[in-house]
Amino acid sequence: MRRIGVFVCWCGSNIAATVDVAAVVADAKVQPGVVFAQDYQYMCSEAGQNIIKDAIKEHQLTGIVVCSCSPRMHEATFRKAAAAAGLNPYMVEIANVREHCSWIHKDKEAGTEKARVLMRAAVAKVMLNVPLKAGESRVVKRALVIGGGIAGIQTALDIADAGFQVDIVEKNATIGGRMAQLDKTFPTLDCSSCILTPKMVEAKASENIRLITYAEVEEVGGFVGDFKVKIRKKARFVKEDVCTGCGLCMAKCPSKKGLNEFNMGLNNRPAIYIPFAQAIPNVAVIDKTQCIKLNTGKCGLCEKVCTAKAIDYTMQDEFIEEEYGAIVMATGFRPIDASKFDEYSYSTCKDVVTSLELERIMNAAGPTGGVLLRPSDGKHPHSVVFVQCVGSRDVSGRGKPYCSKICCMYTAKHAMLIRDKYPDVDVHVFYIDVRTPGKNFDEFYRRAAEQYDVDYIKGQVGKVWEEDGHLVVRGVDLISNEQVILNADMVVLATAIEPDPTARKVANMLTASIDTNDFITEAHPKLRPVESPTAGIFLSGVCQGPKDIPETVSQAGAAASKVIGLLCKDKLTTNPCVARSDELLCNGCSCCEKVCPYGAISYDTHLINDHGVKETRRVALVNEALCQGCGACTVVCPSGAMDLKGFSNKQIMAEVEAICL
Amino acid sequence: MPVNENVNADNGSAAEAQATETKQWKPRIVAFCCNWCSYAGADLAGSSRLSYPAEIKIIRVPCSCRVNPTFILKAFERGADGVIICGCHPGDCHYSTGNYYARRRMALLFSMLDYIGVERGRTRVEWVSAAEGARFSQVMNDFAKKISELGENVKVGDLRCRQ
Repeated sequence: MRRIGVFVCWCGSNIAATVDVAAVVADAKVQPGVVFAQDYQYMCSEAGQNIIKDAIKEHQLTGIVVCSCSPRMHEATFRKAAAAAGLNPYMVEIANVREHCSWIHKDKEAGTEKARVLMRAAVAKVMLNVPLKAGESRVVKRALVIGGGIAGIQTALDIADAGFQVDIVEKNATIGGRMAQLDKTFPTLDCSSCILTPKMVEAKASENIRLITYAEVEEVGGFVGDFKVKIRKKARFVKEDVCTGCGLCMAKCPSKKGLNEFNMGLNNRPAIYIPFAQAIPNVAVIDKTQCIKLNTGKCGLCEKVCTAKAIDYTMQDEFIEEEYGAIVMATGFRPIDASKFDEYSYSTCKDVVTSLELERIMNAAGPTGGVLLRPSDGKHPHSVVFVQCVGSRDVSGRGKPYCSKICCMYTAKHAMLIRDKYPDVDVHVFYIDVRTPGKNFDEFYRRAAEQYDVDYIKGQVGKVWEEDGHLVVRGVDLISNEQVILNADMVVLATAIEPDPTARKVANMLTASIDTNDFITEAHPKLRPVESPTAGIFLSGVCQGPKDIPETVSQAGAAASKVIGLLCKDKLTTNPCVARSDELLCNGCSCCEKVCPYGAISYDTHLINDHGVKETRRVALVNEALCQGCGACTVVCPSGAMDLKGFSNKQIMAEVEAICL
Repeated sequence: MPVNENVNADNGSAAEAQATETKQWKPRIVAFCCNWCSYAGADLAGSSRLSYPAEIKIIRVPCSCRVNPTFILKAFERGADGVIICGCHPGDCHYSTGNYYARRRMALLFSMLDYIGVERGRTRVEWVSAAEGARFSQVMNDFAKKISELGENVKVGDLRCRQ
């Protein structure tokens, strides 16, 4: 005999404003099997939970339905409350009357009717629930961080600090990421390298951190606490443990036509190179597309000059297989391709540069040694025009619909640095809005505009073209409502940032949700901002959304603390909603085995007692530790032997019937 | 039996209700949403207050591949006017391949349903990610509009029961 309790939450006015809560309670009371129904203002509060606990005890409830917010929000809360009152936590069902009802309907009558139906469907389902017991799985005490920029480095350092092993997988030959390319950082103007490189060295020196550079994640299997990851370590043709980083090979290499990626292609580098002076590991790498020896078999100069005997032209890609308890995504970003916005003549005029290119030009270790020179003729510019929001806040589909968040501030920084170093240079900034929310941000922007006389023009630029050896910028000043035509020696485009192209590939491997802009989706935008909805996957840095360095570092620390919290556990409880095979019905056809993405189904011959007839049959067996509960096997099973606990055929049928009543 | 009491109490007004029902037909739509993408997308539509008709009721399933064709047949048998299955975008399935199975199964089922008189427009498969609250609402509004245009569905019944 089922004894069901129904609890209807007001959620303050969130539910109660559009759903007649009393009517839902009254309707619940007359549902078959329901012996108790009550409403309360906040069911998730302590008092609300106590109502549930007391009712379970007093009315000997065998199952409960909570009509409240989404189960993704508070299912765990109510399950815990039920367990505390001695009820099996899987005897709880949630009717989502907030997100799926009260919040989207304005008409109270329609809202109440829908809430009733949702309640009835949940009651019909819970009538068929059976107590389930969660199993246990192990936790591998090692974390993987994908991406070795500031986000990945900080996460790894924090995890390592707590005493756990961490591996950083970085696709480039060195860690450091985008931050290593920056010259100064806003709003303090401290030197980017000076604050980043000590952290890189610390990561290298830490006993708990292993750096796997020039490597990419190839395959991910397993689940939270027990991931199995295959990493491809690309052949760098230089023995990492032997190379001393002396740089002699770079000087002697005759192939010097490779574009220097670190300098955004503003100058060239040899085929064998160390990305930059402070690279970690400080080891050379051969670009196999440029190397003469690897392409023609001739040359071999670097091998001859290398006193450490570190060069190995026969090196092959290696594979590393490792187990991890948690994985952090820190795949970072790249600026979008500015040539898509050709009204700014980026692809035709050398003196139209992106902000990251200007960052390299301004950097003392950059292609011009930190001197502001025009890329076309190496002359000193007298007028620089900045164009903001190139590809950001663009709903036309050409760019990105979001605000890239960092551009207003770095443009103010660039403008200020140029005015500070070269007071003879006129600086103009075209902007849509100047957005400066952040500690000391607005003060910084005002300093640029007021103290350094940077000319801020509210309006967009329509066209940039070359004329008589200089650039002409045509834009509009929205305040005076007039067209503005400026002569400039250089134009700097504040290009939007987008997630690194590897993010989607990695997210798919990790089965982490991703949004339409390829940013990784967090489990909850406010309450769980550093976790993916996929258990055991955490997010750090720009892969989750645009952010600056201080935000990235704080988020990296937050992700690390979540990882530490997970790795501290010795056992995890597993999801008991897994597939189950009915031996009496199974005919051993192997259909389920073929569709299972986890290899959780195997076969065995069992002695079956089929209504008194004993016979040996081949039957399917589900490995509950491997099964993730997708239910693919349940539909494919021709004899209906496979079912999914918690989402059984009968339960879903009952819901369908209750909704279509 | 509490349920019988309820039916008896409302008996008088039931006929009236039925009369108004025929005048003002409202569609019944069942939406199967996978837990990881579409159900979360529906939650986001909710928290963004993006409305869609109240006639749409959502059933949570772990994955779109959990939707057994018999669930859909049952819905039509019970008088549903439309059934929509929502999953993760191709390539983004939480279980890697579930949505592909769903897509293939439903292609077959829908053509069969069409053959027995449940028009193509009454069944649909859509991909909605957890971040696409706006898309969820848009898809649901569009689907509900389509069902309203098609009008009331013919109940799919078991012919053996009519004898």
